[in-house]
Amino acid sequence: MRTIFYLIRKEFTQIFRDKFIGRAIFGIPIVQMLILVPAVTFEIKNVELCIIDRDMTTESRELVNQLEGSTFFKVRFSTYSEQEANNLLYRDKCDLVLQIPSGFGEETGNGNPGRLLVSANAINAVNAQLSWAYLNGVIRDYNMNIIAKDISGQSFAPVPRIQVTNRYWYNESLNYKYYMLPGVLGILVLAIGFILAGLNLVKEKESGTIEQINVTPIKKYQFMLAKMVPFLIIGLIDLALGLIIGKLTFNIPFEGSIAILFLGSAIFMVAVLGLALFISTFSSTQQQFMFTAFFFIIIFVLMSGIFTPLESMPVWAQKFDLINPAAYVMRINRMVMLKGSTFQDVSREIYSLMVIAIVFTALAVSRYRKTV
Amino acid sequence: MKRFLGFVKKEFLHIFRDVRTLIILFGIPVIQILLFGFVVSTDLKNAPVAFLDLSRDEMTQKVSDKICSSGFFRRSETLLNYNDIDKVLRKNETKAVIIFEKDFGRKLFSEGTAAISIITDGSEPNMATLITNYITAIVTDFNRELAGTQVTGTLLVQPEVRMFYNPSLKGHFMFVPGVITLIMILICALMTSVTITREKEFGTMEVLLVSPLKPVQIIIGKVMPYFLLSFINVIMILLLSWFVFGLPIKGSLILLLAESMLYILMSLSLGIFVSTVSKNMQQAIFISFVGLMLPTILLSGFIFPIENMPKGYDWIAALMPPRYFIIIIKNIMIKGTGFFYVWKETMILIIFTLAFIALSIRKFKIRLQ
Amino acid sequence: MTGNTVISVRNLVKKFGNFTANDDLNFKVYEGEIFGFLGANGAGKTTTIRILSGLSEPTSGEVIVAGYNAKKQPEQIKKNIGYMCQKFSLYEDLTVKENIMLYGGIYGMRKALIRERTDLLLDKLNFREYGDSLISDLPLGLRQKLAFSVAILHEPKIVFLDEPTSGVDPITRRQFWEMIYEAAERGITVFITTHYMDEAEYCDRISIMSEGKIVALDTPDDLKRQYDAGSVEEVFVKIARPPSVQKGAQIQY
Repeated sequence: MRTIFYLIRKEFTQIFRDKFIGRAIFGIPIVQMLILVPAVTFEIKNVELCIIDRDMTTESRELVNQLEGSTFFKVRFSTYSEQEANNLLYRDKCDLVLQIPSGFGEETGNGNPGRLLVSANAINAVNAQLSWAYLNGVIRDYNMNIIAKDISGQSFAPVPRIQVTNRYWYNESLNYKYYMLPGVLGILVLAIGFILAGLNLVKEKESGTIEQINVTPIKKYQFMLAKMVPFLIIGLIDLALGLIIGKLTFNIPFEGSIAILFLGSAIFMVAVLGLALFISTFSSTQQQFMFTAFFFIIIFVLMSGIFTPLESMPVWAQKFDLINPAAYVMRINRMVMLKGSTFQDVSREIYSLMVIAIVFTALAVSRYRKTV
Repeated sequence: MKRFLGFVKKEFLHIFRDVRTLIILFGIPVIQILLFGFVVSTDLKNAPVAFLDLSRDEMTQKVSDKICSSGFFRRSETLLNYNDIDKVLRKNETKAVIIFEKDFGRKLFSEGTAAISIITDGSEPNMATLITNYITAIVTDFNRELAGTQVTGTLLVQPEVRMFYNPSLKGHFMFVPGVITLIMILICALMTSVTITREKEFGTMEVLLVSPLKPVQIIIGKVMPYFLLSFINVIMILLLSWFVFGLPIKGSLILLLAESMLYILMSLSLGIFVSTVSKNMQQAIFISFVGLMLPTILLSGFIFPIENMPKGYDWIAALMPPRYFIIIIKNIMIKGTGFFYVWKETMILIIFTLAFIALSIRKFKIRLQ
Repeated sequence: MTGNTVISVRNLVKKFGNFTANDDLNFKVYEGEIFGFLGANGAGKTTTIRILSGLSEPTSGEVIVAGYNAKKQPEQIKKNIGYMCQKFSLYEDLTVKENIMLYGGIYGMRKALIRERTDLLLDKLNFREYGDSLISDLPLGLRQKLAFSVAILHEPKIVFLDEPTSGVDPITRRQFWEMIYEAAERGITVFITTHYMDEAEYCDRISIMSEGKIVALDTPDDLKRQYDAGSVEEVFVKIARPPSVQKGAQIQY
């Protein structure tokens, strides 16, 4: 047992001897979190509209007013030429073009549906859909106003309509930061741990120091453990730092138990490190390892559910995510921090992560041979 | 000149002999484009929703059925009372709870209005908005149907929409250019920074410097194979996007390839610069991968549009070269613009390239002193 | 010189695919001797030493080191031996003291003992002031001497040295051999491979390997008499064919 202690001490000494790395393993996560987290949001602001008002009636002007009054839209341009409007769209000067045909005011006044034509720049499909949804919302309000005004006119009988209201729980304001911070943190911890641990082992192979180790009575598991523990500790420290920053700078909520959070993250790290070490047993140069690591890290990250919801992925992707440690830890972090989920709620995630961690670590230990 | 060519040949052989790395260098972009084209999507499919139906009448049945048969949602559970909502959302298997108020059907026809409440799990904001919007849209549609059975009155204003450039609202249009941008800069910067610092770490850099080759020749010789490799990669990716995803290249292919070469050059020179500030491979990898990955994904406009970011971020984003390339590539591929529309971004990329090269030369000279 | 047999090799064969690196080797090494394992580069010396130290498994044959079977009990062997490999392998980014402390701890020595031996070692080698220097800052000769000292720090029964004096200046080589003699006097058996034929003269017994086979095994003097040679080098030239280029001969060990 004391052997492990000596080995771990050596690992820490080596890590911190490289001043740059010693600072970067804590510095990079801190800096990236402070800068990146505020940037991420799907909220749409300032959708720029170009209006073609061929009607120029009170009704059409009122519609434009309502649009101007909404927080989402900015009426930037107004023109009579469809060509000019499309040009503006093409040159990214506006996001939506709203065309109000002549006769609009008359028709809506008479109970006929007034038509509107909207052209949207749909390259960013999500933005386009959301803008479209918001625009519909404004138009709905406009509709309501017309009905309200004409209630006396009795042009129409009241139509039964279902009213929909909604509330977002756990994150009332849909603050994306709450969602992204644990995600960004998780990704950084994943990348740092994976790369450092793997490079470390490959470097020992490349420089020959591993031979000297292989010739000692050290047990395989002791060596592997010593390769994992320092990075596990560093990862957890990064987690703690991240949470502190999150609380102080972004005021993220913390509904659940810190213990569960750290437990989940610890098991996650073991899984990540185990895989990294397993891959490094196949790599003969640091360069080789790095590109393999790149491959895995990017896949894990982009499929972790942080940018695109897991439920929207095709079935085969969701199956793959069964072995993606990042997907599990994202879920656990979110559930515990934002929803205050209990151990019971996350138990399935935790047990699955544990299985993955054990498998990857076992693979790494068994692949490593002291006697060739 | 002959010496230089000999050196370049050695570098090429060196790379092409490492079959494993080669497979990965070509494989990474291919697999990732495939993955993200197919995986990344913001469409809703079978999102699980629970119903808390306090009326249980014909109307609520109709609305529930309409929601569940839309393809976007499926019924996960039927709740009995309000307290269950928190429990079920916490388990993470249900994304939203739809509540019908008491006497729903009766109120709807006698008072003209009845209420549905949606409680959505806001911990995943993008999902939450989508879900709420889709449910609302389905209900609005239901309203329209209801109104249609009445004699008078319809929705007053009916907007139609044309989605330009991406009529079927495919997510690829955003993601494939973004993935190209991300992968190319990471691979290129990583490749060059690692290959140069490797010589530093193993002490063979001195050997090279003492040789009759000029330092410039050494660097160019080392970088050239990666340039070729990356270019082949870009062509493969474009082919894949075209054949597998039907992503068009509306604009000039030549312009696109030329801009891609510029981008590759910029990324390679970034890698060179990183190698001048790194003492060993570990450091180089840290800077060019860990340091670059997330900022590129998050700040380049790849997934999160820059316009949506808080004030001041346009300045930060302005420092990110990938940001400009994404604009260029989207414009050429999807809108089919010519050089005229992207000359500004092109100029900026050229400036970045020159800046990285200049900085590297300066650093290199200082070291030699 | 006879005494206890610490290494016993019978019919050792090591194949890598179709290439036979060690072809039916037979020899014994006795306690306290300095046994030189000579041969040209590529002859198969490193392969053998790796098998003896438990780093590599024999394809067939019986190999007993320090009382343990190399095929079945390599880890037991490792408890009783020291090893200094060809590629220099102390940790470059650790200091002298840190390296010593690490290996001492790995071999189960108590901290106080490690510290004591460290002081002795530093004094003997005359580099007390280098105690806190990084290995990467030390000149090659010092590194080699240090590596050897670390290899015998835990007073193993046998120490294996694989070309320890490669690239080192003659004075340092002399000092190195003084250290070897000292170790042998303490009862540590020294098994050393080298391609420097003059070092053979310092050994108690030597064997010469050529193309995977042992072509000579005796004391240096007896060999010189047997082959009517003035030096071991002459003996070598007479009996060892230069390594031919066989299929798979690139594999160094």
